[in-house]
Amino acid sequence: MKKQWKLIPSVLVMLGALALVGAACGDDAPATGSGEGGALRVAIVAPSASDDLAFSQSMVDSVNALERDVELSVTDGTFIVEDAAAAIRGYAEDGNDVVIAHGTQFGGSLMEIAPDFPDVTFVWGTASDTQGLDNVFAYAPAADEGGYVNGSIAASLSESGVIGVVGPIEAGDAVAYINGFEAGAIAGGASEVNITYTGSFGDVALAAEAAEAHLANKVDVLTGTAQMVVGAVGVAADAGVPWFGTQANQTSLAPDLVVASQVYHWEVVLEEMLTLRDSGVLGGQAFEINLANGGLVIEFNDAFELPAGVRDAADAMIEGITNGTVNTGS
Amino acid sequence: MGDFFTLSVLVATAASAIRLATPYLLASLGETIGQRSGVLNLGVDGVMLLSAFFSYWTVLETGNLWLAVLVGLVTGLAVGVLYGVITVRLSATQGISGIGIFIFGLGLSDLLFRRQVGTPKPVRRLPNVDIPVLSDIPYLGEALFQRNLLTYLAFLLVPATALLLSRTTFGLNIRSVGENPQAADSLGVSVERTRFIAILMGNSMAGLAGAALVLQLGIFQPNLTQGLGFIAVALVYFGAWRPVGVMGGALLYGLVNATVLQWKALGIIPVSGSDLANMAPAVLTILALIVLARRVHAPAALTRPFTRH
Repeated sequence: MKKQWKLIPSVLVMLGALALVGAACGDDAPATGSGEGGALRVAIVAPSASDDLAFSQSMVDSVNALERDVELSVTDGTFIVEDAAAAIRGYAEDGNDVVIAHGTQFGGSLMEIAPDFPDVTFVWGTASDTQGLDNVFAYAPAADEGGYVNGSIAASLSESGVIGVVGPIEAGDAVAYINGFEAGAIAGGASEVNITYTGSFGDVALAAEAAEAHLANKVDVLTGTAQMVVGAVGVAADAGVPWFGTQANQTSLAPDLVVASQVYHWEVVLEEMLTLRDSGVLGGQAFEINLANGGLVIEFNDAFELPAGVRDAADAMIEGITNGTVNTGS
Repeated sequence: MGDFFTLSVLVATAASAIRLATPYLLASLGETIGQRSGVLNLGVDGVMLLSAFFSYWTVLETGNLWLAVLVGLVTGLAVGVLYGVITVRLSATQGISGIGIFIFGLGLSDLLFRRQVGTPKPVRRLPNVDIPVLSDIPYLGEALFQRNLLTYLAFLLVPATALLLSRTTFGLNIRSVGENPQAADSLGVSVERTRFIAILMGNSMAGLAGAALVLQLGIFQPNLTQGLGFIAVALVYFGAWRPVGVMGGALLYGLVNATVLQWKALGIIPVSGSDLANMAPAVLTILALIVLARRVHAPAALTRPFTRH
């Protein structure tokens, strides 16, 4: 009996050591990739700069936010689809586990490339379906939701009742955001929402002049989407007009005048995709980020003082959209 | 449509047209000088991108706008030396060399931006300067005489370039080496030197164009010009190699763009017609080039390297 008692400390020490090892393993990211130490090799092909404060940056930030061991490669600025296709194929050939084709326009190329690499998971967006490919996951934002919230707040800030929107090409999440913004602004009491699609995702000068044109037409609150809006934000800042951002937090462009930004947190759906991949499902499903699942977050700029009650109303609206009691009209 | 024909909107449209036209005008005037000497530079866009980046970076680091303008000009000059060596000294094919300069400028400006700046950061924009008395003219003053100094400079360079080309010995040399370099050479004009200087002048003005663009916007992004430099080359043809014609083309291009944007903002062009309207400036340029191509003649030795027989 005495001998048995003597063994107890040793057993406890061993159990403690095992628990520590287990805990340490539990904290580690799942080792499911082909990279060094089991790291997941992820590649992003994006149409604009990876630090554009908009669409491309939202994906790079999201992959970096994944709670996994990831080896990330990025090819950005692929505004020519053929260049993007070459990069997507190259990453697949190089043995990446996951290749993210971050642009609706890359879909056609992906449909040709993905079947050649059945062991690679391709992630494509913004898109609402996988075109029948079982190694492609699709993703899209419910950008109308944040647009609706932004539009509603914009209406409460506008004295003229006229709000301006600077958009790129009438496609993808830009349309969703702008339609949601318009619906929210009208529901919030704006008399007019003037929308300009400049016809370009990258023409900063044209976006700036589009903003100037809005200001000449009684607009006193502005918003816009895509990477070229940095020019429009500058015009808004010079004119002292509040700005609403989307895709990434744009506060740094006009720290006193950006009211709020709808920020894309793709990591919410990326994590789901990777969990499926861990279980052997390489694709075949479409995902959406929205306010309810936390993939869309309205980030307010604390330096911009909202009138009393506006923030509370916005929070209530976010809650309403989340629980389905507020309809954005899309 | 009635909303468009209000004075305030028309003034805003004119001001927008002038802002949009300024970088085109500076680059096109420079390209006019080069082409009149027989040198085509398809690398204008690359020169503008590099000078735009260095101007932007200068403001970001020092806050000094005029130093940034100078840096833009010097950047253009430096690329001009490179282009001059390639096309004049080494007699390389101008079209291919120009494309090379464009790709070099596009890639290097992108690389430098990522390494030195990263995320776009706003910088001070060129302030507007009111011209005494003239800026007080109702409406007209606001549209024309409340602009930044680079805009005034661009329009002052129109008569200056015209005078240079038509009234000075150096201008005569430029035109002669562009039309008949063999004859100019036989008369003792240094074709190489004249073309080299014309390239330096042209690239410096392209550098100013890049500075004007970025300092009007107050921000830089990779591929900021979006092919603006190629339009500037087309405007030289549009303007029939004459500074006043080039100014007309730049203003028309700016005006069409500004009008389309105003009409979109006013809802005159519905969202459904937006894509068609976006083509208007390009369609107009192509039509004008088709019409003008039959009536004007390019400098006879344009794109031809000079070799002494």
